[in-house]
Amino acid sequence: MLEVEDLACLKGDRLLFRDLALRLQAGELLRVAGPNGVGKTSLLRLVTGLALPEAGQIRWNGTSISREREPFHRALLYLGHAPAINDLLSPLENLRFACAAAGDEVDPKACEQALVRIGLANQLDLPARVLSQGQRRRVGLARLFLSARRTLWVLDEPFTALDVKAVADLAQALSEHCAAGGMVMLTTHQDAPFAVPPRVLDVGAYAC
Amino acid sequence: MLSTFFAVLRRDLLLAWRGRADVLVTLAFFVIVVCLFPFGVGAEPNQLRAIAPGVLWVAALLACLLSLHRLFAQDHADGTLEQLLLSSEPAALWVAAKVLAFWLSTGLPVVAVAPGLALLLDLEQGALPVLVLSLALGTPILGLLGAVGAALTLGLRGGGMLLALLVLPLFVPVLIFGAGAIEAEMSGTGAAAHLLLLGGGLAGALALAPWACAAALRIATD
Repeated sequence: MLEVEDLACLKGDRLLFRDLALRLQAGELLRVAGPNGVGKTSLLRLVTGLALPEAGQIRWNGTSISREREPFHRALLYLGHAPAINDLLSPLENLRFACAAAGDEVDPKACEQALVRIGLANQLDLPARVLSQGQRRRVGLARLFLSARRTLWVLDEPFTALDVKAVADLAQALSEHCAAGGMVMLTTHQDAPFAVPPRVLDVGAYAC
Repeated sequence: MLSTFFAVLRRDLLLAWRGRADVLVTLAFFVIVVCLFPFGVGAEPNQLRAIAPGVLWVAALLACLLSLHRLFAQDHADGTLEQLLLSSEPAALWVAAKVLAFWLSTGLPVVAVAPGLALLLDLEQGALPVLVLSLALGTPILGLLGAVGAALTLGLRGGGMLLALLVLPLFVPVLIFGAGAIEAEMSGTGAAAHLLLLGGGLAGALALAPWACAAALRIATD
């Protein structure tokens, strides 16, 4: 379970939001909403532990994430704005590295299957620099299919640059993860066809 | 636990191979800088022999500096660094892997061509093993200290220039003992003391620099 209390975020010398609280339980899908610049990405980065909060507490299963980082990061999958794709490597090499770097032992066959499933069967061995924006996005998202045992998925604008079918597939994958007891926290400006309408957290309500 | 280390090492070496033009530019820079000296100071063999240790070491140091800013820049820009910081493995481990890959693709070629350039400057053949050994011990220290500087200047405007200002003073002791080892060997006093100090410096940098670098990277992505 993820708990956030009294969270405040300082960007430069401007306080973006304060007193933000949220609670995410197994099986829940939370959509972080709000206009541009309100601090959605900043909130996600705080929750993942990449950035440090100005004030407040973030707890994973009752323990502060700043005190015990490793168990939290073992249960976390974060896909940010930047897709973490190197142009000189193929999608397969990128995906295998992403898994290995995160500390997951993943079978190369499983990586291939994940890329085929996300619609990159013909681009497996091309260098990533020739891929389109949507295809690069998919390489990053392929990690979702290899990360079922990571409970908490934090996704920053996962639907950007994807076509309609890919959006539907992704929404289904997220719903399935939640149905299996996972948690998903995401930002999006699009309406995605989720099986269960997600809970919405409006960051704008906590803006300063 | 070592799987992250080897994954990063393998990937960075693969990237160095795919972008080998960058590696060759560094090596060519080293060769050209050394070759410039005879034009500048004249082709008098005694004079060249006297300045050879310093010239080779300063050129190696500059070649290393030239490619340092690339160490984390690409990973920072494309988001890979964030993913690495979110790994449940200790950050010092993969930082060490990155520095090792950097040294293998930048430092090792410099160490390999240095004896050839030393002959160009008429360095005594007896001093060549000491030259190779001092560079082999010293360039990893440059990589480790430089990595801390590269992490601290990551994402800053004019980071390359700042990096040079930050790390060049830190390179001075390495330069003194590196070049000093060759001079000591030429003068007959033996290079053991200098080489031992370089080895000690390497052990110290190896133990401390990855942690400092990891801390700096966390600040840079905050």
